[in-house]
Amino acid sequence: MPWRLLRFVTSGKHPEPQMFTHHDGLKKVYDAVIIGAGGHGLAAAYYLARDHGMTNVCVLEKGYIGGGNTGRNTTIIRSNYITPEGVQFYDTSVKLWQDLSQDFDLNLFYATRGHYTLAHTDAALRTMRWRAEVNKHCGVESEVVGPEELRREIPMMDMSCGGHAPIIGALYHAPGAIARHDAVAWGYGRGADQRGVQIHQQTEVLGIEVTAGRVSGVRTSRGFIATSKVLCAVAGSTPRILDMIGVRSPIYIHPLQAMVSEPMKPWLDPILVSGSLHVYISQSARGELVLGASLDPYELHSTRSTLDFTEGLAAHMLELFPFLSHVKIVRQWAGMADMTPDFAPIMGKTPIEGFYLDAGWGTWGFKATPVSGKTMAHTMVTDTPHPLITGFSLDRFRNYALTGEKGAASVGH
Amino acid sequence: MKIINCPINGPRPVSEFFYWGQMRVMPDPVASSDDEWADYVFNCNGAPGVKREWWCHTPSNTWFIIERDTEKDQIVRTYLYGEEE
Repeated sequence: MPWRLLRFVTSGKHPEPQMFTHHDGLKKVYDAVIIGAGGHGLAAAYYLARDHGMTNVCVLEKGYIGGGNTGRNTTIIRSNYITPEGVQFYDTSVKLWQDLSQDFDLNLFYATRGHYTLAHTDAALRTMRWRAEVNKHCGVESEVVGPEELRREIPMMDMSCGGHAPIIGALYHAPGAIARHDAVAWGYGRGADQRGVQIHQQTEVLGIEVTAGRVSGVRTSRGFIATSKVLCAVAGSTPRILDMIGVRSPIYIHPLQAMVSEPMKPWLDPILVSGSLHVYISQSARGELVLGASLDPYELHSTRSTLDFTEGLAAHMLELFPFLSHVKIVRQWAGMADMTPDFAPIMGKTPIEGFYLDAGWGTWGFKATPVSGKTMAHTMVTDTPHPLITGFSLDRFRNYALTGEKGAASVGH
Repeated sequence: MKIINCPINGPRPVSEFFYWGQMRVMPDPVASSDDEWADYVFNCNGAPGVKREWWCHTPSNTWFIIERDTEKDQIVRTYLYGEEE
């Protein structure tokens, strides 16, 4: 054993590097309060501090950093949406993603893999042509490919899917990527923390004070905070927060489950999605297959898992890859998805002055983490919605001006 | 929640049932304002609690109401529409 190591062991001093500053208590006043220390909330804090110089900010988290949907998604990043608003928004996000590891000095394991959305029916193929054209118009790389290319790129896939749902084509999206989701929250959190933002975990919001239509403070489990700006970025808990200020919304909560297999040698490079079979699948850097499916069929505010889900998803995965029949499932979990009627998020201002909403992220929130943080920070500082998010305002449900993204949802929910 | 008590067929496995959302009362389309109508079309009570919901027992096509705690996933009671008492 080297002497230095022996001295270190016997010294009794083993300082561990701390990623986040510990704060003893809350301050009485903050310029802005962000509810939710997930990717979106921390990204907003990061860009508020870095781009707008606003550092007297605190992020309140009921649980722990990145413990909600940031740590529960299947980490897929893409921008092949169907509305021009959606495509431009998510494309900006993909571009931000590509520099993020450099920005943070933290390896996010960002891997551009390419993304295939499989078509088993003519109707599905028609929607994909539409998406490909909208994408190309907005400068995003997407194209419809035939069975020959799929056979060449993914040779181990059963193109007939057991005979009952043959694959007739796919939408190929070259920038499709995956990243390590926990590190995204840590990177944004550390970046915000280093610039003076306070992150308070285990601090629950109990109420929001509104005076004459304006936000004046936040009541928490650790005391009252006075502030004039609040950002709500709490995904599946959004309706509970909106109830506190009496704002109605179309958000409804269904659980979304996912699971991973045991690790194996790399064999699947691209990300695969099949809307008809309700399955999406990618292989992580660790070799695990990350598998997701559609929403649970009824409203529930819980993250419980079910055997029905595992059986259904495994059966669909075996239709695509029969040779996986001996592979074990090692983990299964769920997140609470805040769904909207048009499958687009709800971002921007609300009827309460100073209360900003970053919600309705349903099953599509992880990929939008950088751009939502950036646009919400801009919206909070200028009190005007960022041009990229004007199509996602809460008002659209009063004006019947929906932003229909259901055709670009990864699976038919 | 694995068993649901259908008011007609008794206890049956949850896989036989279909969820059709919260029970809502339609405002008068003529008398209501644009805002009231938009609120009815889109908005819902998304917070957890005991809610009244439409469900269907698909093999027998029985539509009925479930009162369910959407946080604990526990059924309070089930009944046919209009027969809650």
